[in-house]
Amino acid sequence: MTEAFAGLVANRRARWQPTTIAAISRLTSRVMNFRFLPSEPFAYRAGQHVDVRLIAPDGYTAQRSYSIASAPEAGNEIELAIEKLEDGEVSPFFHDIAAVGDEIELKGPLGGHFVWNSDQPGPLILIGGGSGVVPLMSMVRHRAARGSGTPVALLYSARVWEEVIFRDELLAFDEKRDGLDVMLTLTREPPKRDKDYGRRIDPTMISAVLATLPATPSLAYVCGANAFVSAASDALIAAGVAAERIRTERYGV
Amino acid sequence: MITRGFGGRRPAADAAERLPPGQHLTQDFPVLSAGPTPRVNLAKWRFTLKVRAKPVAQWSWEEFNALPQSKMTRDIHCVTTWSKFDTAWEGVLVDDILAMVGIEPPTGFTVAHGYDGYTTNVPTADLVGGKAMVALKYEGKPIAPDHGGPARLLVPHLYFWKSAKWLNGLQFTDTDTLGFWELRGYHAYGDPWREQRYTDD
Repeated sequence: MTEAFAGLVANRRARWQPTTIAAISRLTSRVMNFRFLPSEPFAYRAGQHVDVRLIAPDGYTAQRSYSIASAPEAGNEIELAIEKLEDGEVSPFFHDIAAVGDEIELKGPLGGHFVWNSDQPGPLILIGGGSGVVPLMSMVRHRAARGSGTPVALLYSARVWEEVIFRDELLAFDEKRDGLDVMLTLTREPPKRDKDYGRRIDPTMISAVLATLPATPSLAYVCGANAFVSAASDALIAAGVAAERIRTERYGV
Repeated sequence: MITRGFGGRRPAADAAERLPPGQHLTQDFPVLSAGPTPRVNLAKWRFTLKVRAKPVAQWSWEEFNALPQSKMTRDIHCVTTWSKFDTAWEGVLVDDILAMVGIEPPTGFTVAHGYDGYTTNVPTADLVGGKAMVALKYEGKPIAPDHGGPARLLVPHLYFWKSAKWLNGLQFTDTDTLGFWELRGYHAYGDPWREQRYTDD
C-alpha cells in the first residue's frame, strides 16, 4: 500500500457513489461474484462491508449490506460474492438482471469491528458458514498479499463440496503450507480430503481445529447464520478462548 | 441514478408509511451482535444506575422485577435495513427508574452498558418521557439470550443497536460519550427517519 493510498483511508468519508460492474462470474450454483469499479476508489480493511442501493424508476430503493471478498491490496475494484436468496429482493436482481457495464450505487467502506490487519498479532482462527466465508476470504487474501506468516486456521462449513465458495483458491492457499491451514466441513456429504470433516460444527471439531494452531488464538472471527455463529462461538469459549477475543458477524437469521 | 432493470418489491401502502427510508419489512426477528451471547445468571444479575462515575442505585433481578412494569408495542428498525412492526415489550420505563431513585434526569447524556462490555450512547431526552424502557419480556415471555435477555434497553425510535442487549446499567454523563458501534463508524444519534446509519450520514 503506497502512502498516498494509505492517506485515502484516513480522509475518505463513506458516501454513496456510482460504480460500474466490471466483471461477473459464477462461483457456485447459488453464489455469483461481482467486481465493482467505483468512480472514486477507496481503501478498506479486510472484513469490512459496503452497502449497495438499487433504485427503481419511481425512486423506490432497496438497500443491502455485503461483505467485501477482495483483499485491500487487490486494486480499485471491490469484489462481492452474492448468494441468491430465492425470496430476496436485491440478490435475485444481481443474479438474474445485472450485467457488466451496469451502474450500481455503492457506499463504503463500512464497519470497524469485524476487521483484521496482518500487523495484528496471531494466531488467528476464522470460522465461516456458507457465504459467511466472504469476509474471511478478504482476510486470507490480505494475509497472502502481505506475505504474512501469521498462523491462521480457517474452518469453513458448507453443505456440499460444490457449494464451497472460492474452493480452488482456498485449496491453493492450503497447499502453500505457509501457516494458513484450511479445513472444510461438509454437512450433507462425506468429506473429500483427509483433513476435512463431514458433519455440522461441534465442540470436538472446534477443539481439534484450535489444536492445529501453535498457541491459543489472539483473535477469532466467526461469520455465518445466527445458529452457526452461536454454536461456533460457544464452542470457542468452552475450549478456552476468551469471549472478548471472539468477533462475530451474523446474517441475522 | 436509476438502476437498469430494477423494479423492486414494494411493501403495501400502510407498511410503506411505517418504513423509514432504506428499510424493508421482516417477519423474522434477526439476531445481530458483535460477539458471543453472554449467559447471565439471574441470581447474580444486577442493574446499576450511575451518575457520572458514581453508582446511585442498584437492583437485583427480584427487586427490578418488583418495579412498576409497563408495556410498549413499537416498530423497530435495525441499521442492517430490516424493520419489524408491532414488537411487544414489557419492562420498566426509564422514567420509573428515575422516580424510584427520586431524581430528575441529572445530565444530558447517557451511556448504556451491557454484560458483554458493550456500550452505546443516547441523549437522556430520548430515554425519558415514556420513550424508552429496560425491557424484561418480549411477546409476554422472558427475552431469549440471543435477543438480549435477561434485560435489554428498548429505545425503539432509534436504530436498534441503541437498544443495548444484556443490559446491566445506565450511566448519566456530562458529555456525549461515543459507544461501541459509534466508535466504529456508526452514527452518534441513529435516527432511522433521517437515515443516520453511519458516522457521516
